[in-house]
Amino acid sequence: MSDQQRDDGPTASSRRSDAPDELRETMAGGEGSTMSGRSVTINRPADEVFAFFRDFSNLAGIMENVERIDVLDDTRSHWVVKAPAGRTVEWDSTVTREEKGRLIEWAADEGASVANSGRVEFQPVEGRGTVVTLTTLYDPPGGVVGKVIAKMFQREPAIQARRDLNRLKQFLETGEVATAAVNREQHEREDA
Amino acid sequence: MRALAWHGKQDVRMDNVPDPEIVNPRDCIIKVTSTAICGSDLHLYDHVIPTMQSGDVLGHEFMGEVVEVGPKSTLKKGQRVVVPFTIACGGCYHCNKHQYSACPNGLPADNQDIARSAYGQEMSALFGYSHMTGGYQGGQAEYVRVPFSDVGPIVIPDGVDDDKVLFLSDILPTGWQAAEFAQIEPGDTVAVWGCGPVGLFAVQSAFLMGAERVIAIDHYPHRLDLAAKFGAERLNFKETDIYDALMQMTGGIGPDAVIDCVGLESHGLAFDNIVDRVKQATFLGTDRIHALRQAILACRKGGRVSMPAVYGGFVDKFPLGAFMEKGLTLKTGQTHVQHYMPALLNAIMEEKIDTTFMISHRMPLEQAPDGYKMFSEQQNEVTKIVLKPGMAA
Repeated sequence: MSDQQRDDGPTASSRRSDAPDELRETMAGGEGSTMSGRSVTINRPADEVFAFFRDFSNLAGIMENVERIDVLDDTRSHWVVKAPAGRTVEWDSTVTREEKGRLIEWAADEGASVANSGRVEFQPVEGRGTVVTLTTLYDPPGGVVGKVIAKMFQREPAIQARRDLNRLKQFLETGEVATAAVNREQHEREDA
Repeated sequence: MRALAWHGKQDVRMDNVPDPEIVNPRDCIIKVTSTAICGSDLHLYDHVIPTMQSGDVLGHEFMGEVVEVGPKSTLKKGQRVVVPFTIACGGCYHCNKHQYSACPNGLPADNQDIARSAYGQEMSALFGYSHMTGGYQGGQAEYVRVPFSDVGPIVIPDGVDDDKVLFLSDILPTGWQAAEFAQIEPGDTVAVWGCGPVGLFAVQSAFLMGAERVIAIDHYPHRLDLAAKFGAERLNFKETDIYDALMQMTGGIGPDAVIDCVGLESHGLAFDNIVDRVKQATFLGTDRIHALRQAILACRKGGRVSMPAVYGGFVDKFPLGAFMEKGLTLKTGQTHVQHYMPALLNAIMEEKIDTTFMISHRMPLEQAPDGYKMFSEQQNEVTKIVLKPGMAA
């Protein structure tokens, strides 16, 4: 550890080179060397937001590039992510730590084509609902899988995470995800 | 259906486009009965607003009849409604504070990136106003899909003419909010730069809020005359030195509040100035702020600056020193239309506010491209054009 000066900023927003290592150590089963952190305020109770998120099958409708998430058992789930040319990439993920209503951590199983892990925290804030903070760690791979990741995370993971969190906010606050589609056919085309 | 579509700089056409449908549960579809061309539509017409795409349907001032409702809409078929130009959900933190134009929930997540990088946060979606504000089809069309129809549109009582209430969609609340942001106190003198529709409503609103004097500034004699109808004193900047006149008219103190209703002129973005990354990414150039600069210099010490005028990018030569040394307060923002609609509808019903004086031209929707050209080229005579789908030519 260096003796650099510390502040109170979230680890995922740190410029320190050892920050990903530090983050990984705090995350159960954490893996990956690239980090991103985003939060969004959702005007719903923390228990409700937690319950929605914890049923991972709900997230496929929220996350832009996730085609399907099969819940295998209490802690394990199977992720099917859209890839270029109509292909998909799949991996299994396990919940590594859980505090009901407050926190979920997960990690892709060993050998997954995309090493990734993450944490989502739910913090109730009086008069504002729940602050949802998503912190992810992953290793950007090369080759075909790298292209998949590039698509999954768009230009940078932070942007993709923000979009996904905003869709989550929209759905929980309004009961729908915003679209400018003028008719159902256009909506389905954009959703595909 | 028929709709006015943007195809490029000063190129708008009536196109056949697909009919809108209910997509989300809270949607409704309205059959447009009246829709206006807004001064800010001229910014699109002149292509100084970024993220426009060929085929985009314009129009954010519109009203009509509900013809279809989603399962979670609270409207009924056959009701007449005026639709706010800001798309807001009614249930988020900002909506709960009645800051409807800050609601992010109508803006598709993919469209939020530009505002995030240019402004730090995303704003509310708007109808018919580029993809940065959501890419929603606008109301200069026969039909419109309206999201969040359970909280946005206001139902108009039977027997009230469209022309009386259409401007609840944008310019009346915008002029009213501008006057409210000027924090007018009884006995105040208020100066208003720009006597377009928003400026004229700001003049009317300022008097209703207790201003003793309102001084209206423009260079179009007809528009100044309209302001004078409500009791405003006129200053034509082509004939008079505005700063000198304001000082003499206020005993050297300056107006207590100043309102900038000019904003970025349709030719006011200098693309050759685009240098930094954000400007490149967003297409936003440097806004010209001549009116605002003059307003700040004229305003009395400790006075208020209200800025309903639309700005998009960066400014040069903002008199920050004068602003600080004089201890001014600035309030601005897109209009929180939903907040003002009910009270303003009442004011119209009680005939405290007149809106119809502003309409200079009524024409069929099919003639909308001519309307844009007229509005763009003849701003003295053409104060407001209302388009009516189905009206005989």
